[in-house]
Amino acid sequence: MFRIRFHGRGGQGMKTAGQILGSAFFLEGFEVQDAPRYGAERRGAPIVANVRAAHAPIHERGAIARPDLVVVADESLIPVPAAGVLAGISARTVLLVISAEPGEVWKARLNLGGPVIAMNAQAEAGEGGGLAYAGAACAGAAARLTGAIARERLAQAVHDELGGRGEGAARNTLAQALAAFDAMKAHAGRVGEGAEIAATRYTAPEWIEVPFDAARVSAPDIRGGATSELAKTGVWRTLRPVIDYGRCNRCAWVCSTLCPDGAIRVDAEHAPRIDYDHCKGCMVCVAVCPPHAIAAVPEREAKGIEA
Amino acid sequence: MTRTLLTGNGAAAWGVRLAEADYVPAFPITPQTEIIETLAGWYERGEVAGRLVTLESEHSMVTAAGAAAATGVRVFTATSSQGLLYAMEMLYAVAGWRAPFVMVNVSRAVASPITLESDHTDILAARDSGFLQFHCATCQEVLDSVLIAYRVAEDARVRLPAIVNEDGFTLSFTREPVEVPDIGSVRAFLPAFDPQGMEFRASRPVSQAVAVLGGSQYSYFRYEAHLATLNALAVYDEAAAAFASRFGRRHPVVEAYRCEDADIVFFLIGAVATQARDAVDRLREAGRKVGVLRPRLLRPYPAAALRRALAGARAVVVLDQNLSMGQGGVLHTELAAALYGAERAPLLVSFIGGLGGRDVSAEEFYEMAAVARRAIDAGVAPEPRLLFTAGELREIRKLQAIAVEERKRTGGQA
Repeated sequence: MFRIRFHGRGGQGMKTAGQILGSAFFLEGFEVQDAPRYGAERRGAPIVANVRAAHAPIHERGAIARPDLVVVADESLIPVPAAGVLAGISARTVLLVISAEPGEVWKARLNLGGPVIAMNAQAEAGEGGGLAYAGAACAGAAARLTGAIARERLAQAVHDELGGRGEGAARNTLAQALAAFDAMKAHAGRVGEGAEIAATRYTAPEWIEVPFDAARVSAPDIRGGATSELAKTGVWRTLRPVIDYGRCNRCAWVCSTLCPDGAIRVDAEHAPRIDYDHCKGCMVCVAVCPPHAIAAVPEREAKGIEA
Repeated sequence: MTRTLLTGNGAAAWGVRLAEADYVPAFPITPQTEIIETLAGWYERGEVAGRLVTLESEHSMVTAAGAAAATGVRVFTATSSQGLLYAMEMLYAVAGWRAPFVMVNVSRAVASPITLESDHTDILAARDSGFLQFHCATCQEVLDSVLIAYRVAEDARVRLPAIVNEDGFTLSFTREPVEVPDIGSVRAFLPAFDPQGMEFRASRPVSQAVAVLGGSQYSYFRYEAHLATLNALAVYDEAAAAFASRFGRRHPVVEAYRCEDADIVFFLIGAVATQARDAVDRLREAGRKVGVLRPRLLRPYPAAALRRALAGARAVVVLDQNLSMGQGGVLHTELAAALYGAERAPLLVSFIGGLGGRDVSAEEFYEMAAVARRAIDAGVAPEPRLLFTAGELREIRKLQAIAVEERKRTGGQA
């Protein structure tokens, strides 16, 4: 069975990547299971899509614990423990990172024994491609890495999954998927099918008796705002709202009131100040600002300006 | 018949489309919403006839479903978790109206703490409501069960509403290959709803919730509903046989996988059953005689079929994806009741696992079988156990350490 995990952020198309790859496998005659896994978060939150494909009915469920291939659409997720990007990676797991840095750098940085491949999707995907949407490129690259999917089946899968979203979007997506498929030519078939865990030789789970804790400890309460302050949800952002204070008319309420995360405060001079540690980049402020004083700047660009 | 990739929610919507439901009162809740969104899209584009109306709550939604069914039209609705709990008063009420319709519940663990992922505590809270309960292990079964559920619910020997249950995320958002039958075959299997004289109209009022005092009339009406629920066992067998001969897919009331000569049997409901099948295949390769037993119907409870299937087993690993506080797993309790007094009844080894969407690993299945083996050797079942590892507790302790710091910072006592 092929077991493939896509890691990205909400809005980058990881669910779509899983569906395109799933459909492509299905068209090739595989049994398929594709399953995104996410929480209540919005755009920018870590998201995983699991794809399983085999020539027999698939009974395994849940998160893929031992992946054959891990595709990372957003390299900034790798150091986020909660994203679980490196979970279950072994020496036979192929890691594909969408990154401008080469695979060897990532291999050394992460101290991994297995193969690490980097794909510069911005360059490969051409016009309109970019980090904000990486789903098609991830699916196309994964398809080639398995060596089990023909180029025309991938194209058919993109058409099947995105045909309903307008011709322009489908064409653009198809170009990205095929470019990534072609870019992985040297690595075609690099990903193999993992074995099942035998019932004769396995590591027994370290079950324990859950101890009684008094309700003061064991009630699921959260204290004030301190929790959300500690979680730097700003790292979820793919787009950054940037205020042009020359255009801001100091209304002192619209963006700050409508920010769903309370990440905009108004200072003594009635100017809004964005807390970038906690702004998740939903762009609600950009949409609601009456004088259009807030711009959506890709995070990578914004970081460049900072540096 | 088309074989395509569908999520559990997509499969549910297709079941409703093929059953040609006339009316769908709806209220959104994760992870169910995709069902009503899919149906709404079809109705809006005129692809299928039918009417979807959004209500202001699940309580009103179930009321509308029961009232509409009492007018003699085919009704569908769907909910999940907190929504099911909010509708609970009306679940009991409309079941007593004896107006049949089908509701899909997408199982999601209940608050508190709140979560989105699956376990069966929500659906088991509706256990005694008077709704029939169908439990699905695959997306295919979701589609098929919706069709079978209409046929059973509308049968004159039953005439009760039914819930088809699918696991949130594990099925609801997971695509699997699903065969979508053609409408002609479905119409032959599931003819148009015969309302058997139910004709509630504005111009011809009917009191559905008749008041009775003194107890004897109440006892009669409630017991009639109980007898009708029991009838659903035989009606289900007929419907499943008709379904198998028409569509080639067999859905017996109790799925027994490699149980014939099994010493140890996994007993569970829902999507985790396919994982159990995998584990059984691996354990068989290792020479262990194990099987999986899964009731598709939980109400009515197929006690006789379960007793038959377990006649040769020496131990049953009961995996409850639910928790009745102060008692333990509901499946465990019910199976114990079904086996009480049976000769050479197997030991019941109780595990609580998969709460709130926690994955159950292959190794855990192997280990549960090993625990059952030791129980057989010792002749006594161990205490019930929660599937929870030392590593998981360590993570909890880390969070608690942060919580203590927060308390200090927010002026509370550490």
